[in-house]
Amino acid sequence: MCGIVGLFLKNRALEAELGQLTSAMLTVMTDRGPDSAGFAIYGKGVPGHVKMTLRGPPDYDFAELAAALGAGCTVHDDHAVFSLPEGNAAALRAAVASRPELGIVATGTRMELFKGVGLPEHVSKRFGLEKMSGTHAIGHTRMATESAVTTNGAHPFSTGPDQCLVHNGSLSNHNDVRRRLMRQRMVFETQNDTEVAAGFLSWKLREGASLSEALGSALDTLDGFFTFVVGTETGFGVLRDPVSCKPAVMAETEDYVAFGSEYRALADLPGIAKAHFFEPKPAKVYLWEHAA
Amino acid sequence: MSTAVKLSDSTPVVFDLANASLRELNVALQGLDGLGQSAWSILNPRGAHALAVGITAAVSLSIEGHVGYYCAGMNDGASITITGNAGPGVAENMMSGLVHVLGDASQAAGATAHGGLLIIEGNASGRCGISMKGIDIVVKGSVGHMSAFMAQSGNFVILGDAGEALGDCLYEARIFVRGEVASLGADCEEKAMTEEDRIILRNLLKKSGAKAEPAEFKRYGSARRLYHFHVDNAGAY
Repeated sequence: MCGIVGLFLKNRALEAELGQLTSAMLTVMTDRGPDSAGFAIYGKGVPGHVKMTLRGPPDYDFAELAAALGAGCTVHDDHAVFSLPEGNAAALRAAVASRPELGIVATGTRMELFKGVGLPEHVSKRFGLEKMSGTHAIGHTRMATESAVTTNGAHPFSTGPDQCLVHNGSLSNHNDVRRRLMRQRMVFETQNDTEVAAGFLSWKLREGASLSEALGSALDTLDGFFTFVVGTETGFGVLRDPVSCKPAVMAETEDYVAFGSEYRALADLPGIAKAHFFEPKPAKVYLWEHAA
Repeated sequence: MSTAVKLSDSTPVVFDLANASLRELNVALQGLDGLGQSAWSILNPRGAHALAVGITAAVSLSIEGHVGYYCAGMNDGASITITGNAGPGVAENMMSGLVHVLGDASQAAGATAHGGLLIIEGNASGRCGISMKGIDIVVKGSVGHMSAFMAQSGNFVILGDAGEALGDCLYEARIFVRGEVASLGADCEEKAMTEEDRIILRNLLKKSGAKAEPAEFKRYGSARRLYHFHVDNAGAY
């Protein structure tokens, strides 16, 4: 069991509240996944700049590294979001590679990604989710069934720029798919099944598929139970396996499209009483996107 | 109980889940003997799980809002209305009584239920009526995939469409569908509508307030090829 939440705003006036709304949704899903939590939030980007979310040991001096590279840096507990011109990204990657205590959690132009072990409420607080703003966010509360309870095993998983994925379920052929993707030069950090699904989608996108096509081919390649929510720079997608044992409910209003593993996660959203509710159908790709 | 306020004999007991716990409510409902406090109004369910489960008295409840997993499970005699949507497993293992969902129902509505009537005004998603054992189910919208999977007895009326693999591995339940069936599951087939079927269907349409005529429905049931192993049926296993 795990919990998934997602919020895609249609009304820009709600952007300042995105973090607060997502944080509340995540906390409600604690009993579906109390061991770890994470979220990806799509905020403002700077043209010509990249964003990289790094993770380090507690109290790591990210500011010193940022100053050395001429990068902007916002520290959130043991994560830090670096913003720097595209041309300097390679220098930051090299700096991280030479510091084994650091890791790159995610890259992109707008996505920031945070995850950690602990109750969802504590994870949200540590990173200051309530104060974050943006156009859309997805979050996950984990009850581990595949691989260890570690920060690396928490969701979302990101294996491509501005791309991330959260998963409720378990995949049965992930070892085989991982081996095949590694032959395509895809890199994996964990033994986790969800990371393989994220890697599969990123590989498909790298090969030129649209997100819709990539999700469609996941139905043919990935064997097991899954409800996926996928974040991209412009929006999010939802896909459930053909058997669809794992729960999913969606609510749409004029202001937003929201995803929850259960209605409880949506109960406090503004205007929810007038929302249109539906369950995503099995084996059907759903996408909500802003014009790029 | 301080949180359950009875206003007068003609008004229901109002129980507000914003002010009291789910466990207090279920303990109170499970202790009823049907001789007093016969009508209840439950406020602020907010998607709570296992709401109003295991009631054995002939009381009536109106749950004002959306409910989570297993609402009205094991109901034995109560009439329970849910004004919103129901989460997975609504009325699972009902023994008798009525559960009426005014919105949509999630997966496995009426699962394994032995008796009573489940009415869903909206749609039901996958596995509706899975392993039903005598319940009557009327869904006024459509049902999702694998509905009536391994259904054993009872009657299942679908006014809209049915998803893939309807009645897979069916035993002896009767299924009536007015709309389209995406596909039939293993060993489920269309059957001729008998007079007995028509009487059952007309009665259920009337009881559930559905505006439809038996002649608009097709009847599905078990082809009985999976009851015993027979080498000629190997392809059907």
